[in-house]
Order: sequence, then structure tokens, then C-alpha cells
Amino acid sequence: MSAIVLLLLGLGGMAAGYLFYSRFIADRIFRLDPNFRTPAHEYEDGVDFVPTNRYVLWGHHFTSVAGAAPIVGPAIAVIWGWLPAFVWVVLGTIFFAGVHDSGALWASVRNRAKSVGALTGEVVGHRARTIFMIVIFLVLLMVNAVFGVVIANLLINNPGAVVPVWGAIAVALIIGQLIYRRIIGLGVVSVVGVLALYSLIYIGPQVPVALPDQVMGLSASASWILLLFAYAAIASLLPVWVLLQPRDYINGLQLFVGLILLYGAVLIGNPTVVAPMINVDVPAGTPSLLPLLFVTIACGAISGFHGLVASGTSSKQLNQETDARFVGYFGAVGEGSLALAAIIAATAGFATLADWQAVYTAFGQGSLTAFVDGGAAILAGGMGMDAGVAATLLTVMAALFAGTTMDTGLRLQRYIFQEWGEIYQQKWLTRPLPATLLSVATCLLLAFGAGGADGSGGLLIWPLFGTTNQLLAGLTLLVITIMLVRRGRPAIYTLGPLVFLLVMTLLALLIQLKSFYDKQDWFLLGLDLVVLVAALLVTLECAAALRKAFSQEPAEQG
Amino acid sequence: MAGRILGALRRLNELGTQYYNAPYRAAIARARRDEEDLFMLLVFSEMMGIPNPAAWSTLELQPLLMDRFHEWHTRMCMERSPLDHFRCC
Repeated sequence: MSAIVLLLLGLGGMAAGYLFYSRFIADRIFRLDPNFRTPAHEYEDGVDFVPTNRYVLWGHHFTSVAGAAPIVGPAIAVIWGWLPAFVWVVLGTIFFAGVHDSGALWASVRNRAKSVGALTGEVVGHRARTIFMIVIFLVLLMVNAVFGVVIANLLINNPGAVVPVWGAIAVALIIGQLIYRRIIGLGVVSVVGVLALYSLIYIGPQVPVALPDQVMGLSASASWILLLFAYAAIASLLPVWVLLQPRDYINGLQLFVGLILLYGAVLIGNPTVVAPMINVDVPAGTPSLLPLLFVTIACGAISGFHGLVASGTSSKQLNQETDARFVGYFGAVGEGSLALAAIIAATAGFATLADWQAVYTAFGQGSLTAFVDGGAAILAGGMGMDAGVAATLLTVMAALFAGTTMDTGLRLQRYIFQEWGEIYQQKWLTRPLPATLLSVATCLLLAFGAGGADGSGGLLIWPLFGTTNQLLAGLTLLVITIMLVRRGRPAIYTLGPLVFLLVMTLLALLIQLKSFYDKQDWFLLGLDLVVLVAALLVTLECAAALRKAFSQEPAEQG
Repeated sequence: MAGRILGALRRLNELGTQYYNAPYRAAIARARRDEEDLFMLLVFSEMMGIPNPAAWSTLELQPLLMDRFHEWHTRMCMERSPLDHFRCC
């Protein structure tokens, strides 16, 4: 099987989805109106509400939602063979993610650009809002714990990436100063920044850095995780213009360059997909494809996190309501194309089936390492790049994604703690430093509590991250569905994905509950129970809210 | 032709700047507003002789004020800081 076929089928399918299905959804279901005065114009303040060019907003939206998750999920899920992951990514993007993301934008824009959490409180009820807060907190907690482990593993497996990954921070700090103090124009800074980053990628493999096996009784993995959290805590406390803003910018540019390089290499090199279409010989202990596939690949198919970004910042900057189709749906297509690249790298980047099987020895194996090794082989074959440099390039790409998500995630988690401090009048908790330390402590508790001394708890909880994230997506779809029902419009296009997601999530949680009980893993069992209770409550809220919405006379409104 | 290329480059730079600022525009504007608020509070309390409610954070502000203070006294044609207890250069 040629990887070009997979690439063209996937991209073609998603392009068709954007051209035809998204038009149908935008015109007939959401009925996007070019004359509707969006909140960006209604409340324009130059701070939060700013009408923004749709291409710029798409770039902002896409790079905000694209983290390491659309790479990690598919790279794990190909253990069941390439076909299930491919089909779920393509169909999930077309029928689930695109509708969910553009719907979240539409719902928010029609409600004064409120966040989906606030909307849940208004449209569904206050109980649902409470669940929403808990689910968001759990998602952030898991993202931070997972990505800490993921980056640590990447740095251990590819010591050549240590210099560029940490050097990228220095590059971001310098270009941040250059832009902020207006020393050089943005265009020149962008070129210089990207060149500096790629020079570091070239230098990296020549000066590999590996931590000693034991430092004060800690393994290399545990030491990296602690260092990464120390970095993320400092980064989340610094003013955003110092580090986060230039870092995200360079990262965004690098995402486009990386994707173009990888797709170009596939088209030139035409690698063969060596992984089986459907893997009937999965390693022992691999859970069943149904329902775990649908929670293992969350970002890249459908992800609740996108709803947070869409309703959080993107909806406040939407120039025209009709732009929701391009920004929301095409943003999902961008994420889907990244997931597709991950599938191709993790299945076509190996010389033989035996090589592939040697990597995928157990569920959760492969992951980013397969993406990096496979992708590097494709880049080396297609572009004639040195294999070490190619591997470093992909490692840096993945680690930077995970890193920026981590420090943004930690900042958001800190805000939640500070908000709780205000609600429960705990003055000490409203200060940034204690709230940040508490956020780091909870993440470390998860990483080391679930994973033991090497702090690998993050990867063990990956499917739990998927279920929690899908619950978040379910809540967003519920808000959109109720809004559609109240307006007397067809709701099947959001109700279908909602029911499917809830059924798969509940099934996955029950299966995981049994496996944690069998392994006597009480920590994960407890966490699973919290998510399961939240999932059941969401299901009950869905049923009650939908029954009420269907029984009411539809009132056509804006 | 050259004009068109220049125009396109200018437009590209404009879009790039928007892309750079879009995710963090609100956070930076808020930080700037907070800084202005605190500065106004300091000046106002100093002017009216009211005990300064923001005294606790003046130390934190010192690095920010230092640059501005230096700019001010050079603009006023004073080569050195006129205050004995606040030396910036």
C-alpha cells in the first residue's frame, strides 16, 4: 500500500468535507448570516473583542488547538492497524470535529461570545456547569501530566534534541525582546527566528546531552519531568510577551514548515505502509478497538479542548459570522491533517513489518517515538535529509508543541485555582505563586502517583485523558443541539455525534475500570470513578435537557 | 511592479503582526492597564498627600520606574538624577 494513496485519500476526503458538508451545515443548519453583527464589532474594545482577518484568526485558532495530542493519539492507535485510525481521523474530522468546532463558534457568537462553560450554565443548567468546571480541571491536569512524560521520553530517546528543545526557549526570549522593543521588524525577526531554530536542530545531534541514569536517586525520566515542570511553572508566571508569545509564534511557523516538509517527503519518496491494515495479532493486554479507538484518538478526530478555544478567544475576534465555517471547520481540517501525517509516519516510516512490530510491543508503546522514528525515515528518504537531523527536527516539533501546551495548561490550571480561591474566600490561593505551586504539585502527584518512581503516570492515563476530553466535547455538542432544537432546526447532525461520543466514552470508562481493578491500581481506579460519575451526570443532564427542549414549542430566533 | 511587491510585503507584515498579537492581545493589554492603574495611584496619592496604598508594591515597580525616571530627568536637561535617594545612572 502506497502512502501517497493514504495521503491523497485523507486530504481529499477532508477537502471534500470542507467544500460540501461544511457548506451544508453552515447554510442549512447554523444558517450563518453575513449581516449578523458579531460580538467583535458589537463590543469592540481593542483588548478581547477585536474583528480579525479570517486567515489570521484561522492561524491563531489552528495553532492554539494543535498540540502534541493529534500526534500522540493516532501514533498509539495504529496498534490496531492503520485502517481504523485512518477512517476515524478522516470521518471524525468531517462529521464530528468540523461540526463541533464551527458549532462552538456559532453558539458562542450568538450568545455575546460567552465561553462554552458559561453557555452550559445558561442553556443546560447550573449542575451541568459545575460538572463542566470539574471536567476542564481534569483535562488540564491530565494534559500537563501526560505531556511532561512525553517530552521526557523524547529527550531520553533522542539526546540530540536536548540542545534545540531548550535552545528554542532562548531563541524565543531573544526574539520576544527584539519585537517588544521594536529593534527589528517582525518579518526579519520571523526569518531570523526560524533560521536560528533550524540551526539548533542541525547542531543538536552533534552535541547530544543525556542525563545520568541516577541523580539523587531519581531516574533520568524523573529528573527531566521535574525540570520540565520547573520550567513550565516559571514560564506560566512570566509576563506573556517575554516567552509565551514569541514561543507560540515561532512554533506556529514551524508547524507549517514541518507539515509541508513531511507531506512533501511522502509525495517525493512514496514510502510503503508496512503496518497491517487491520492488526489481528495485537500484543497481549491491548484493549479492544471498540470503544477504545474513539477515546485514544481525541484531538485529530474530535476534541472538547477545541470548544474551549473556539468559545474562549476565537469567537470574540470573529469578523463575520460566516467566517465561523472557515475558522472552525477548516481549523479542524488542519488538525486532522496533522493527525493524518502522524498516522502515515507511524505506519509507513518503517522498513519492514517486523520493524514496526518491534516498536508496537504493547498498548501505549510507539506513541511519539514511532512518529519521530517513522517520520525521520520518511524525511530522510523523500528529502534526502540526514536521518539524525530529521529525527531531531520531528522531536523538536513534537516537544515544542507539548511544551507550549504544558505551560499554557499550567497557566489555565492556575487560573482555576485562583478562581476557586476567590469563590471560597481563600486569599492565599488567589495569589499566582501558591496557585502555580499547587497546580504543579497536583500534576506531579498524578505523574508519580500513577506511574511510580520514574513519573510515567502520564502515559498510563492517556485513555482517561481521551474520555475526559470527549466528555467535554459532548457537553459542547449538547449546548449546540439544544440551541438548534429551540430554533426548530434539524438537530441530528450534532445529536448523532453526541450520542455516539457518550456511548463510546461510557463503554471505555467501564472497560478501563475493570482493567484498573484487575491490576489493583487504586489510584487510576479512583480517577476513573470520578470521570465515570461525571460522564453519567453529563448523560443524565443531556437526557433531561433534551427532553425539555424537544417538548417546548420551537421559537425561531437569530 | 516594485510598488505592488512592496504593498504585498507591507500587507504580509501587517497580517504577520496580527497573527503574532492575536492570542495574547488581551493579556498584554490587561497587564499594561494594571501597570498604568498602579502608576496613577502612586502619582495621585503623592500629589494629594494621602498615605500611599500601593506602597507595598513600589519595590516591585522600581525597575519599571527606573527607565522612565531616567528618561524624564534627561528630557529635563538634568544629566544626573536630582534625587539623592533615587539614583538611576
